[in-house]
Amino acid sequence: MFVGVTMLHTPLYDLHVSLGAKMVAFAGYAMPVQYPAGVLKEHLHTRAAAGLFDISHMGQVSIEGRRDAMSRLETLMPGEFLELAPGQIRYSFLLNEQGGVMDDVMVTRPAALERAETCVDLIVNAACKQEDFAHMQARLGGLKVTMRDDRALLALQGPLAAKVLARFCEAPHKLAFMQSALFDVAEAGPCLISRSGYTGEDGFEISVASDRAEKFCRALLAHSEVLPVGLGARDTLRLEAGLCLYGHDLDTMTTPVEAGLVWAIGKRRRTQGGFPGAAVVQSQLQQGAARKRVGIRPEGRALAREQTEILDAEGMKVIGIVTSGGFGPSVNGPVAMGYVATDYAKPGTRLMLRVRGNLLSASTVSMPFVAHRYATTPGVAQS
Amino acid sequence: MTLSRFTKEHEWAALESDTATCGITDYAQKALGDIVYVELPPIGKKVRQGEQVAVVESTKAASEVFAPLDGEVIAVNEALASDPGAVNRAAMSEGWFFKLKVSDSGQVSSLMDDSAYARYVQELIK
Repeated sequence: MFVGVTMLHTPLYDLHVSLGAKMVAFAGYAMPVQYPAGVLKEHLHTRAAAGLFDISHMGQVSIEGRRDAMSRLETLMPGEFLELAPGQIRYSFLLNEQGGVMDDVMVTRPAALERAETCVDLIVNAACKQEDFAHMQARLGGLKVTMRDDRALLALQGPLAAKVLARFCEAPHKLAFMQSALFDVAEAGPCLISRSGYTGEDGFEISVASDRAEKFCRALLAHSEVLPVGLGARDTLRLEAGLCLYGHDLDTMTTPVEAGLVWAIGKRRRTQGGFPGAAVVQSQLQQGAARKRVGIRPEGRALAREQTEILDAEGMKVIGIVTSGGFGPSVNGPVAMGYVATDYAKPGTRLMLRVRGNLLSASTVSMPFVAHRYATTPGVAQS
Repeated sequence: MTLSRFTKEHEWAALESDTATCGITDYAQKALGDIVYVELPPIGKKVRQGEQVAVVESTKAASEVFAPLDGEVIAVNEALASDPGAVNRAAMSEGWFFKLKVSDSGQVSSLMDDSAYARYVQELIK
């Protein structure tokens, strides 16, 4: 796939190799898909204790300049950003004129008072970051759009993440889920830390200067609660949490309404519009979309992977397709998500899946497959 | 006496008279990673050498498993249904997939022996 092309390295490449990771190409980067523990152990350890992920391939973008930075950003995305308090994070999307998702992103109003009114921090997907960057630069004339490629990005996820991170900084005591601020971190210096993640667990995403990232990771890994976790388990964790993977569960042909992400479109924005594709989105909000994203539990043990055809209960009619699917280690069985014609989207609807020519029984279920355990208030859970 | 033979697709066959116990090699299980599902053939199925006979699924992908020899499936490892991880723990013993009643013992010479397979794997990881 990348033959003849130099793969990019994150600042933690040497660490991954020294830990014995199996490296694969992902969005142009050499990334660890798993460490010697393997996907199952890495997944289960994250749900039981704490997993450390390198997500430095993702784009860290800052928009700076004027007091209207947030309202300008609202012209590209359907989120309610004006209402964000300093340090508050919101999940949103860049939309195209048809209401299709160009990328799903995290939008933060900086906590620092000198930046709160005039700046926005975003985290965007690795595979989309160059296009996102060009799109925002073109559409946000007058604002300074910067890619922070001088920083690594780590995720520390799991029920013991707060306990571990509290040994390095105050962040666990100051932040609740979807809040962010700058902290002075032992072994790492000043870091922008968010209480957020992609696993359904409590956890943190930590933006650290590239040249201090490896030392900080080694310090985190020295704590017995922490295991390094690769992209393999990152994918199984987010699938069990019912979270979308861009390019699979979301793409430019899919609207937030079809994806069941209406909650991420603010009430004000639903009525007022003023974002790309607003007419399509508003019409789908009123009349319903023709297809919906659903969770799917196959019966038995066989896995239904991406691109598996979904049929009605009689196996007569193709009604959809799986967009993410595999083995859920915490569910201890197969899990999938996909898009089905809206008539079949109600949880409990019986379906068939065509796997290697055979029809397997399955049902739609509400997601997540594993309950989210976010920290609704700041602090470190006693355990 | 048991005779162990190997394919280029990383299946093994342990031959005892006309019965071949078959599975995937330790190299294969390591390359696949955590194995979470094995789809086994129905007993009585007649297979040709090189024909797909089982599927092994890891957390990452589904892989086809081919029959090392012509024959009829006379047993399958039912224990893998509830414990597919046995393939990771003991690919060459407890993690066997199926047994064939070999119909053409002449085909055995087309397979690699222990040392030939070890050299073959050495070349792959070089």
